[in-house]
Amino acid sequence: MKGLLFERNIPRIAASRVMSKLTHSGKGVAIGPLRLTDIDEPVLPGPHWVRVKPILAGICGSDLSLLDGKGSRYYESMVSFPFVPGHEVVGTVEERGTDGNVVQKRVVVEPVLTCVTRGIDPPCPACAAGDTGQCSGITTGHLHPGLMTGYCADTGGGWSTAGLVAHETQIHTVPNTMDDTDAVMVEPVACAIHAALSVPTEPETLVGVIGSGTLGLTVVAALREFTATGRIVAAAKYPHQRQLAMQLGADAAPGPDGFAREIRRTRHSTVVGKSLPAGADVIFDCVGSQATLEQALSVLRPGGRAVLVGMGYRTAVDLAPLWHRELAIQGSYTYGTETLHGKRVRTFDLAIDLASRLELGRLVSAAYPLERYEDAVEHAAGAGSRGAVKIVFDLQRKIGHGSSQHA
Amino acid sequence: MSPRPGYVLEVDRSTPPVLFWNGEGYLLEKLPPERSRVIYPPDPLHPLEDPIAKIRHALDHPMGDSQPLETLLHPDMRLTIAFDDVSLPLPAMQAPDARQLVIEQVLEMAAEAGVEDVVLLAALSLHRRMTEAELRHALGNRVYNAFEPHGLLLQHDAEDPDGLILLGTTDHGEEVEINRRAATSDLLVYVNINLVPMDGGHKSVATGLASYRSVRHHHNAHTMTHSRSFMDMDHSELHSANWRMGRFIRESGVKVFQIETTLNTNAFPSQFSFLQRREWEWTPRDRAGFFASSKALALMGDRTRRTLFHSIKAPMQLTSVQAGEVEAVHQSTLTNVFDQQLVHVDGQTDILTMGLPYISPYNVNSIMNPILVACLGLGYLFNMYRGKPLVREGGVVIMRHPTPWAFNTTHHPSYIDFFEEVLADTTDPVQISKYEEAYATDPWYIQLYRTGHAYHGVHPFYMWYWCAHALEHLSSVIVIGGDRRAVKRLGFRPASTLDDALEMAEDSVGSQPTITHIRVPPLMMAEVS
Ligand SMILES: [Zn+2]
Ligand SMILES: [Zn+2]
Repeated sequence: MKGLLFERNIPRIAASRVMSKLTHSGKGVAIGPLRLTDIDEPVLPGPHWVRVKPILAGICGSDLSLLDGKGSRYYESMVSFPFVPGHEVVGTVEERGTDGNVVQKRVVVEPVLTCVTRGIDPPCPACAAGDTGQCSGITTGHLHPGLMTGYCADTGGGWSTAGLVAHETQIHTVPNTMDDTDAVMVEPVACAIHAALSVPTEPETLVGVIGSGTLGLTVVAALREFTATGRIVAAAKYPHQRQLAMQLGADAAPGPDGFAREIRRTRHSTVVGKSLPAGADVIFDCVGSQATLEQALSVLRPGGRAVLVGMGYRTAVDLAPLWHRELAIQGSYTYGTETLHGKRVRTFDLAIDLASRLELGRLVSAAYPLERYEDAVEHAAGAGSRGAVKIVFDLQRKIGHGSSQHA
Repeated sequence: MSPRPGYVLEVDRSTPPVLFWNGEGYLLEKLPPERSRVIYPPDPLHPLEDPIAKIRHALDHPMGDSQPLETLLHPDMRLTIAFDDVSLPLPAMQAPDARQLVIEQVLEMAAEAGVEDVVLLAALSLHRRMTEAELRHALGNRVYNAFEPHGLLLQHDAEDPDGLILLGTTDHGEEVEINRRAATSDLLVYVNINLVPMDGGHKSVATGLASYRSVRHHHNAHTMTHSRSFMDMDHSELHSANWRMGRFIRESGVKVFQIETTLNTNAFPSQFSFLQRREWEWTPRDRAGFFASSKALALMGDRTRRTLFHSIKAPMQLTSVQAGEVEAVHQSTLTNVFDQQLVHVDGQTDILTMGLPYISPYNVNSIMNPILVACLGLGYLFNMYRGKPLVREGGVVIMRHPTPWAFNTTHHPSYIDFFEEVLADTTDPVQISKYEEAYATDPWYIQLYRTGHAYHGVHPFYMWYWCAHALEHLSSVIVIGGDRRAVKRLGFRPASTLDDALEMAEDSVGSQPTITHIRVPPLMMAEVS
């Protein structure tokens, strides 16, 4: 069985970094630490674990930043090598039906490797509260370190036909009516919902969303579906992004240079220096760069809040506006349990509902077989400029055969 | 020998190609023979031989019921001298500017009379503030240096609550609010440059020195669709409103001494003489100048080309000066403007073509953004008629201009938002007015207007209202050689060549349409019978 393996190989990571600087993000993959190789099925770590055979597995921004060597060294102790990437997974598990026959059940994987999956008992306070994204056990227990499936040497990952192993608490059944492409969006959509629900919003709230890739677009959708947010302004660089942002609930989707103007105009703000005295209440930075964070800080009203939804990174940003205007920067990582209308709900359950209802599989722009992983990663890295949003691996060659619909 | 009048050329097979302006450039186009005509403006009138003497004479022999200026000046008075801003004339004239010539004479008289409290006031209305260089050019260094350092050279601020005074409301419910210094002076002298018939008259004070609250009563979609054209005072609602307000200002006790000047149409210096000359009369030097300059322009970057064109100063000269009571003065001015600009034209055609130059009143030293392209073509040039438009109702205007999706962020900040928000929603002049108040009262636009060099937030709306009559009259507007996306945002149809445009126009006006091409600038006014 074939899979893509990511090995700790410092010279290759360094070379990859140089390459991606020389060309553009995604090109580094050709000589990077990722290679296609024969892979055995991972060993089941315990009795409550099952095998998942991936159908589709997405390529996430965090995967890309790992591959091109730009990621922060912060994560080094939270991954274990070698590992198979791929944490956005729809796949099948084998189940014995009531008639005794083996049936294939479609599932999505909630990849965070929590205390329960690691056999840590009692679980950490975050896990006990259901806020599994904040689990403090990710480097201990009976698994090797790993933020999540797709970064852990023991679990396998989505980018492999050998599949992965998942704890039963990580498994969510995909409704029969839901498309594979909708299902592969569930994990990123869960991230978006968690971010959208992390700040209180009201009908008067003006929200800006920077970036209209997968995260930005799904944050817009989540805000529109699950919150009372009034006006949503999404910065969208490309025409297809603009169109999708509007379809998913944005009120305006200007280009990057129109974004600040649109926020200013909405609030009829003056401008002091580069900042808006009456700007947005909340900005979701779904790109994660020095430029976008600086833009977020400049268009927030005093007391406003920037939510970093994209992967954390190392950067230098002028914090003077943060101090002077009493802004807050808040991270948003994965998901867990949300409080919605006074009830506690698993983020993944909300995500399955949203991805299915809005048919977010429409954001899946292309599917590649593993053998073409270089093309796939390059496509994902240049998705926006190539008219695409989400790129996935097609592990069972299903999309090409038009049989992604399960009955 | 008196200068030749305007000329209407019927195009036949032997007619040489005709010059079309194309933004910061120009080219030659062949018009279809036997059904096209080209209108050429009259040649430039002879200038006044002794302009200073003529100015003195006008001040000493005022029109209407006005006393000579000298007798209106006394030592302990407050005197305010207002003058037209950088939007006039086009292009800027070679020094000395007409304003300088007039103001120097007025100041000399004021000094002789011992007037001590004198303020100069740029009548910006809702236009951008002038830069030091622009003020120096309009007034001359001597005047600038005498006034500016002492805070006596002001620019009208239509948003300064302390600098405005509400004189009252006309019987049509129009609030009349104008510059406080001007209104409370013992005498307000207004120095005009009258380039088109719309300039001057009561509009000088009633619009040039008014607040937004006041201007909005006549700068709106209703007034502009009922001004046919606004260059023809007897058929202009814009004119009627300004006259009502101007008379109201007079009855409120504001004493205005109006000075109006007209210029000839010597718009381009000698190296660009071919731009002024009819194509079949081009000399070998004209032809060489055309081809050499076209080639050089093609090799330049956008910025260099723009700088080059905006640095052109026109060798225009004064053709008349009249002073005194507003209405009498303006009547006389109109005669002089028409002497220079009027061309008699027989009937209308199906299509009107025009090549739009690099400049309009609102992009001096700036970028002609798409909204200004629309306004120059449909607001100004379309409306340069008396009687009826050059193009029939249901006809088509074809204009040539690169129409870049580009804006000067200092001069036109609200234009950018207008283009991206308002025109993306609707291009209907009546519909856009629902956005007007938000733009007009936007504090950031107001701040940029008051302290920077920005047009007032509402200004792009006015540009679009200017187009209202044409938009209602025409069945379609085609832009040749423009940025396609920008042209579509304006609600117009993009074409790549004149032939394409003519073919597209046939959808609206049928085959073998008749065509009028106006060969401007220099400006002309068509008297269409
Ligand atoms: Zn991810
Ligand atoms: Zn935990």
